[in-house]
Amino acid sequence: MVSVTTARQPLEPILEDLEKAEGLAALQAASEEIRDHYGVDHVVYHWVDSAGDQYGCGTYSDTWRDRYLEQQYLRVDPVILGCFQRFHPVDWKRLDWSSKAARAFQAEAIEHGVGNQGFSVPIRGPNGQFALFTVSHSCDDDMWAEWTDAHRRDLILIAHTFNEKALEFEPDRTPEQSQSLSPREVDAMTFLAMGYSRAQVADTLAISEHTLRVYIESARFKLGAMNTTHAVARAMSRGLIVV
Amino acid sequence: MLRYVYASDLADHPKLARTMFRDRADQFKTRLGWDVDIDAHGHERDEYDDLNPLYVIWEEPDGSHGGSMRFLPTVGRTMVNEHFTDLISGPIKSPLIWECTRFCLTRGAGGHVAAALMLGGGEIMQNFGVEHFVGVFDARMVRIYRMIGSSPEVLGSAGSGRDQISVGLWHFDPDAAAKVAERAGVPLERSRQWFDRAFGTAPAPTFAQTA
Repeated sequence: MVSVTTARQPLEPILEDLEKAEGLAALQAASEEIRDHYGVDHVVYHWVDSAGDQYGCGTYSDTWRDRYLEQQYLRVDPVILGCFQRFHPVDWKRLDWSSKAARAFQAEAIEHGVGNQGFSVPIRGPNGQFALFTVSHSCDDDMWAEWTDAHRRDLILIAHTFNEKALEFEPDRTPEQSQSLSPREVDAMTFLAMGYSRAQVADTLAISEHTLRVYIESARFKLGAMNTTHAVARAMSRGLIVV
Repeated sequence: MLRYVYASDLADHPKLARTMFRDRADQFKTRLGWDVDIDAHGHERDEYDDLNPLYVIWEEPDGSHGGSMRFLPTVGRTMVNEHFTDLISGPIKSPLIWECTRFCLTRGAGGHVAAALMLGGGEIMQNFGVEHFVGVFDARMVRIYRMIGSSPEVLGSAGSGRDQISVGLWHFDPDAAAKVAERAGVPLERSRQWFDRAFGTAPAPTFAQTA
């Protein structure tokens, strides 16, 4: 059973470890920790780099992974077919499982413990890089709908955290351009760090709270943080803002 | 009806696609005089149409284009971040923010079409975890957005009067959505049906649903 509220381990340290880590092993460790954090059956992240090479990590059994590769299920899997070259997150229920091949594939996946539910976030990176972050589980539809609704935002952010790491392994990767904050983002982060409320920051900058949210959100993504508090802390520790 | 179509699937809707690119030429080149490219077919297309964007398109009963807009994730290449950085304080990038561009209405389209498109934008926000749209629009659109109750917040503008071009920001507001639905003459349940038709039927946790 998925628990909506019980977290076994806080999420942020897991993602911080992931960001600091070097090498593929870190992605594997993070996928296992995220699975345990949410108490779901599986977390899988796989990607195709700009050279066309495939990589993956996650918690599916070795037997299922080998079977999947050996049978070239990539060509049958409705999750792959439904997500490739797209960018909206998808509940597996929305995908087309109507073909005989898809139904047989699903039955086999369930047999291998994948679960009857899934939620996948496709990501299109630069230069043809493509990735898919998936959480799968065994439970009824109502429970899954409730769980994904509660965690959709985090799952999207986690997916992108994985992908930022994967992009570091890109062949011919040019050195990271410093993720500097724009002047507005620096303003927003600075006032938040000084303890201003959002309303006060918006007022001070003479912008609406909605516009402020966009600057905060954009800064959060650049800083690889899961929430505003985390983003402010990172901006300070990296010396991007001075309070 | 509203259709949600990735560029890679436009071939399944030849008339809709043809008339959309034709209407874009009519709006952006002929009526607004923007510096856009028109191809041999009289279609307005740009480099972002080649990035497999998601289009939200109002389809008229005869299968032709009534209005449309184009979405791309801001974590990838976007028009705002590549061509309008002088209007904003820096690149806007987030998995929770999508870019919305090429908001187009066919000549003579009623106000309900613009409202229906906004309704489609609301479906995207609610269903895909998108918190904001950022987009480029011209002075003429300001009045239309206001009329349908979905005015963006302006991040920055260039030019003045009729030639003003702005980068703006939309967020989802449930109260506004009801108003927009009313303007569109489309019940929210119908809107959701159109969305589900495009993206598959979602499990409905709280209300009974028949297939």
